[in-house]
Amino acid sequence: MLAELKKTESKGNRVIVTVVGPDCVGIIAGVAQVLASNGINILDISQTILQEFLVMVMVADMSGSPADLTTLKERLAAKGLELGVRIDAQHEDVFKFMHRI
Amino acid sequence: MLTLQEIMETIKMVQEENLDIRTITMGISLRDCAGPDSRQTRTKIYDKITRLAGQLVKTGEQIEREYGLPIVNKRISVTPMALVAESSVKGDMVDFARTMDDAAAAVGVNFIGGYSALVHKGFTGADHRLIDSIPEALDVTTRVCSSVNVATTHAGINMDAVYRMGQIIKKTAERTADRDGLGCAKLVVFANVPEDNPFMAGAFHGIGEPECVINVGVSGPGVVKKAVETVKGAGFGVLAETIKKTAFKITRMGELVGRTAAERLGVPFGIVDISLAPTPAIGDSVAEILEAMGIEICGTHGTTAALALLNDAVKKGGAMASSYVGGLSGAFIPLSEDAGMIRAAEAGALSLEKLEAMTCVCSVGLDMIAVPGDTPAETIAAIIADEAAIGMINKKTTAVRMIPAVGKKVGDYVEYGGLLGRAPVIPVKPFSPADFVRRGGRIPAPIQGLTN
Repeated sequence: MLAELKKTESKGNRVIVTVVGPDCVGIIAGVAQVLASNGINILDISQTILQEFLVMVMVADMSGSPADLTTLKERLAAKGLELGVRIDAQHEDVFKFMHRI
Repeated sequence: MLTLQEIMETIKMVQEENLDIRTITMGISLRDCAGPDSRQTRTKIYDKITRLAGQLVKTGEQIEREYGLPIVNKRISVTPMALVAESSVKGDMVDFARTMDDAAAAVGVNFIGGYSALVHKGFTGADHRLIDSIPEALDVTTRVCSSVNVATTHAGINMDAVYRMGQIIKKTAERTADRDGLGCAKLVVFANVPEDNPFMAGAFHGIGEPECVINVGVSGPGVVKKAVETVKGAGFGVLAETIKKTAFKITRMGELVGRTAAERLGVPFGIVDISLAPTPAIGDSVAEILEAMGIEICGTHGTTAALALLNDAVKKGGAMASSYVGGLSGAFIPLSEDAGMIRAAEAGALSLEKLEAMTCVCSVGLDMIAVPGDTPAETIAAIIADEAAIGMINKKTTAVRMIPAVGKKVGDYVEYGGLLGRAPVIPVKPFSPADFVRRGGRIPAPIQGLTN
């Protein structure tokens, strides 16, 4: 049953990267650089401005990455500190399981 | 495709509202370890636990990393030890607790449950030996948790066991007085105990359970509280609906983690326990959910109704989210582990009597409650009997985990830190139930038990 649930539209090892914080120059570049240097392919980017905050969501494929999700989270958090925003990454299954039946 | 709102909702739950998986608990049957030689039996127990649970912590941590969801505890429950040790007539019962402790330490879990006996209708020889050894067992071990079932709807209440447990709780408090009676925090007296509960201290692996199983306990009072805050002033229909939807989402996380863990460990997936389990962390409180619903302070009039609504809505949402719901599955109201409950008790709003009323509509019972050290064993036994009666008549689980705080009076505190928290010592009635408790025998099964 788990396999079935995961199969629906799951391709590769996808993570969802979220960025929340005040908008400034170089946020996308900074995040993209961390992902690229870890061998992670960006599949989709969507962003919006909520009040004065930038909210950005990236869907990325980790299947070719040598890093695990914990390491990636640490590296993204460090980059976030540098850019003054909060960056986090979570496995796609978590969102799919919570919001889709 | 997921929407931006859905993604941000999940992120917020984990980052700001303390959504986590409270425990993945591996249940292990030890029935095949029993034998006449105590040493041989204990070797088998140690080997089996370390063999089956060897990868539990590692697998849990792996899932944590992969999904980015905290899994707070990895634990083990085993067959009630009175059943396993029954054939080993010679030797000290406490040695079995030591073996459990050693095995738990070897695999790196913080608690192992199952130093237990089921005596709702009467005692066997091993039940007596195990119960008598509880104060010492909880003193000399650090990870072992103990539970005793003294009543069921079908058997009635074993009042001899109730009285005995009143004495055992007192003794356990005295033996661990240097640690604020910590032994009592690891000892639960049950009525209608579930066989697949993943939460400590009451977890054990029931006799109807398979060889090995993974059960999961979710958490998330913080998430529910935030959701309730968004519908301030709305009608009860809206309130119940909001809690239901939130419980659904929380439970889905438990289902995901449980199934993944079971698959990786190569054992069957048992149940998700959808209990709302508070922690002492700010905002992770069941009392604060009730307060967000409009109760000025937990324990005042209206609290029982609010809790009933909360408990029911959590069950309805949770039941839809998981294919197998089990264990205790209700809101927990442990006094020492919930910052809002502690505040309410300090303010005088929350009393033992109100807590007892609240246990009629939620799981699980009078939990982590400190009472004055000079409370007689008969009074503690009577408190257990009251809770057991509520469980027996209402066909639900109830429990008592009570700490008679040695040398302390009302207004003092017992302090444990960590998940066990701190509890203010609250008053009990000074009038004696001793003549009632000492009658001996069994309260007959109620008419509710005659269902065939």
